[in-house]
Amino acid sequence: MAYQKRMLLKGNEAAVYGALLAGCDCYFGYPITPASEIAQSAALLFPKLNRTFVQAESEIGAINMVIGCVAAGRRSMTASSGLGISLKQEAISYLAAYEMPAVIVDVMRGGPGLGNIAPEQADYFQVVKGGGHGSYRCLVFTPNSVQEMCDMTFQAFTMAEKYRMPAYVLTDGVIGQMMESVELPAAVKYDYDPEWKMGNIINGEANCISSIYMEPNDLEALNKKLQAKYKLIEEVEQSVEEFYVDDAEIVMVAYGISSRVAQGALEQLRAEGIKVGLIRPKMVFPFPRKSLNSAVERGVKKFLCVELSAGQLIEDVRLAIECKRPVELCNRMGGNLLTCDDVCAAVRNMI
Amino acid sequence: MSEKVKFGRSPVFFETFNRRPGPIKKNMHYCPGCGHGILHKLIAEAVDHYGIQKNTKFISPVGCAVFAYYYFNFGNISVPHGRAPAVATGVARANPEDYVISYQGDGDLAAIGFNEFLQAANRGENITVFFVNNSNYGMTGGQMAPTTLPGQKTTTSPYGRNPLTEGYPTPVCEIVNALTAPVYIERVALTTPARIAAAKRAVYKGIQNLKERKGFSLIEVVSPCPVNLKMSAEQVNEFIEKQMMNYFPLGVVRDKTAETESRPLPAPVIRESADVEKILFTEKRKDSVAADFRNTSSMFDKELRVKIGGFGGQGILSLGVMLANMGMHRNFNVSWMPSYGPEQRGGSACCSVIVSRKMIPSPILESGIDLMIATTQTALEKYLPGLKEDGILIYDSSAVKLPELPAAMRTYGVDAIDIAATQLGSAKCANSVLMGVLAAVLAANGLNEADQADFDRAFAEAVEEKFGKKPGAVEMNVKAYEAGKKAFQN
Ligand SMILES: Cc1ncc(C[n+]2csc(CCOP(=O)(O)OP(=O)(O)O)c2C)c(N)n1
Ligand code: SF4
Repeated sequence: MAYQKRMLLKGNEAAVYGALLAGCDCYFGYPITPASEIAQSAALLFPKLNRTFVQAESEIGAINMVIGCVAAGRRSMTASSGLGISLKQEAISYLAAYEMPAVIVDVMRGGPGLGNIAPEQADYFQVVKGGGHGSYRCLVFTPNSVQEMCDMTFQAFTMAEKYRMPAYVLTDGVIGQMMESVELPAAVKYDYDPEWKMGNIINGEANCISSIYMEPNDLEALNKKLQAKYKLIEEVEQSVEEFYVDDAEIVMVAYGISSRVAQGALEQLRAEGIKVGLIRPKMVFPFPRKSLNSAVERGVKKFLCVELSAGQLIEDVRLAIECKRPVELCNRMGGNLLTCDDVCAAVRNMI
Repeated sequence: MSEKVKFGRSPVFFETFNRRPGPIKKNMHYCPGCGHGILHKLIAEAVDHYGIQKNTKFISPVGCAVFAYYYFNFGNISVPHGRAPAVATGVARANPEDYVISYQGDGDLAAIGFNEFLQAANRGENITVFFVNNSNYGMTGGQMAPTTLPGQKTTTSPYGRNPLTEGYPTPVCEIVNALTAPVYIERVALTTPARIAAAKRAVYKGIQNLKERKGFSLIEVVSPCPVNLKMSAEQVNEFIEKQMMNYFPLGVVRDKTAETESRPLPAPVIRESADVEKILFTEKRKDSVAADFRNTSSMFDKELRVKIGGFGGQGILSLGVMLANMGMHRNFNVSWMPSYGPEQRGGSACCSVIVSRKMIPSPILESGIDLMIATTQTALEKYLPGLKEDGILIYDSSAVKLPELPAAMRTYGVDAIDIAATQLGSAKCANSVLMGVLAAVLAANGLNEADQADFDRAFAEAVEEKFGKKPGAVEMNVKAYEAGKKAFQN
């Protein structure tokens, strides 16, 4: 049968399609604006495939249900926004220690505190730097379109499983709420038991999943293993999109909705003859060091971070290029959005 | 079932406890006289008795029983403090063939994890919870627990638990008994052989309920912790019998197992790619335009930026979605962005639509608007500053009073809401009236003839896609669309 694979979807809905097509069996979530359409559309679509949707009692409940589902060998996800992500951090640290995959979508809103429901990008630190206790990392995808909400949620399942670690899809209220057309990927059949599944018989013993290591040497060994894994990921998985970087003197760095605004500014500035480029991280862990450093080598004089937070992304940009070039900030906070004009003005100011 | 408790090693336990670090591999890590060890043995025996070892999954708490995986040879996961019932929910939902045991102490269950526990009970998850009530936090060194008795001294209640500031012992079984879903609730103790025999019956019942898929069972086990209570085995038993039991009476609190039917296994998950796609994807229209189709009117050479604002319930958002959908089906890049949140609270609704041949940078429209539709004065005033000087403004003439406008601006007032309500009998199709007006306005402003006919077709397709399954709705919206066109001509 010929299917209409192109659909007009909200970013939040597209994430659910991506998850289902990637073979996600169970969704556990708790409502929060601007992520609620993820739970709503999961509640609608999962049962159609005899899959499970549970509205958990809290974000803590939801992420721990994800732990149970993944321990049972099935693909699982949850989604939330800032405050809810804060609540999930303990369990995400456990997932990192168990070396188990899981997919968490964070549709960022304004903070700190209850803040507001307008778009921000201020969960960067808690999502990218570990967030919970212990030295761990999560894979972090940063979609900037509805298509990518679908594709990257799909990909998050695959990569989380490949490296046995939690993966975030980190986006914002605009990308979550907006509609665009999406070309849906083909469905994969996920029906095998992964190696970590609890109860798998290994040498006559039922597998157990634990994150407790009473011996400091044993826990240090786990830490070293995790760090080696993260290093490998940093070597092979960096992912960016570059625009006009080759001859650029100023390069903007932005992800999510900010990168869309920066792209608009880019067209305008180039039309004025200003040599500006854009590096858009498609993942922020691993961070695109290679792309940034090769821009430095190619003669970029200055960088401009465009972000909806007080200056979180900018820290990683400075670290990545070891402060070899000045890095400036163009930002708004509190749920205010940047306009193309704001970004253009910031770039012109740097000349 | 024999009444005697077997103290030999159950085959559900490992022969030697190799997972336990250090030299001792034969004995448990629990203190002498601790209730956890006895309860472990009862559980192991029952799981063996019912022959469900292979599919039993054990959720270990944080507490002295965090190391339960040293002993039991079945699937095990040690989880965050208090969250065992949530993890158990995840396992039981993901693998309905599993027999899931949640094992928790009183700090784990009745303090930090009381919500997860009560919610799982209230949902009637198909799990059995073993709850060890030893009146203190064992693992962390005997601090006050929700089950600590009034006056009882612990390391964090050195002057004794004061009910005025610390409340009373939490009656977990009785609280759970206020819920409808649980099938079996019993409180037992591990003090005397007779009590242990009764505990054994309860444990067996909890495991049998799992095997028979009866739903949620809770067995509270009042259990000795001689080390932290700083008592001998006899003293701690006396403390339980004479003091704890005043607050925690033993016995069956609820037993609905006999009248509860076994739950059937849920329908198998649909995983075959072809089946998944059949359910998730819609069928392709036979008359859909080819991938290389392009509308030829010159107005599409650059992006078209549309703002629509009005009142909730006027179909403002779905008017925008329909426009975006029509654009998508004609191979344009499209974006639709609603105002959401507080802006909506007051009842106002607004969305931005961009239709473009090129990649669309930001979906948010504040300036450079080509075309605006406003059905309320508030919306008009709010978004007018963003409308281009030579932009097109369609407004509801009965609701909106136009201010002084630039001469180049093209304005079209139509009584759309009223037409929908009076001529068509439903304010709901005001958006289709507006779509008709829009068709006519575009025709008057450069949409060529071929594209005018195509706009009608695209609208018909979009309406069919949206309302195809609702009898009468397609016709009504098409009528509304025609009424909108006609209203423009008048
Ligand atoms: C989030 C968190 N807070 C606190 C602790 C410390 N902690 C470990 S065990 C425990 C109490 C255990 O007491 P209980 O549940 O009564 O079990 P018992 O040890 O008595 O069997 C606490 C507070 C922890 N591990 N995690
Ligand atoms: S501290 Fe108490 S609960 Fe923990 S093992 Fe010792 S006796 Fe048992």
